[in-house]
Amino acid sequence: MKKKYCRFKKSGIKYIDYKDPEFLKKFLNEQGKILPRRITGTSLKFQRKVAQAVKKARHLALLPYVTDMMK
Amino acid sequence: MVNHYETAFVLTPVLSEPQTKEAVEKFENLLTQNGGTILNREEWGLKQLAYPIQGKNSGFYFILQFDAEPAVIATLETEFRRDERVIRFLTTRLDKYAFEYAEKRRNKGKVQPKAEEEA
Repeated sequence: MKKKYCRFKKSGIKYIDYKDPEFLKKFLNEQGKILPRRITGTSLKFQRKVAQAVKKARHLALLPYVTDMMK
Repeated sequence: MVNHYETAFVLTPVLSEPQTKEAVEKFENLLTQNGGTILNREEWGLKQLAYPIQGKNSGFYFILQFDAEPAVIATLETEFRRDERVIRFLTTRLDKYAFEYAEKRRNKGKVQPKAEEEA
């Protein structure tokens, strides 16, 4: 099984922007739910930042709370 | 102690162009009068919402990046709540990394034209 790595640590991203829905969609499944760490492999620190960013984006209606056909 | 803040807000699509301008001006003046300095303003224009808010499916998106005293934020937020043109708002404090990111984003807008001339 490929060793999973935290993409943020690897690429040195320090801040996850809640205003960029395209990037956040990589961390959501088709229903718009946040993917767990065991699938994405992100470290705990950045998983929390992703979760906070997704929730802020949902508040601003940039991302849906629940959908069935996430592009 | 002045902190860096960024507020994103959505105006109802029913408004005409001058009305949206006037609404944005109102918030900017409120900030500048209370001693805040506006660093950057971004306008995404009319965008589709991911889910209907107050029965509407689109809205005008605006982002203001500014420095202000923490006390100013309370007045800004009550102003947002009182104004019925604003259907959604979110104010966040920018920490070190967030501020760097915002600066890079702001300069990216300006740097490109210069870079093209040099190349």
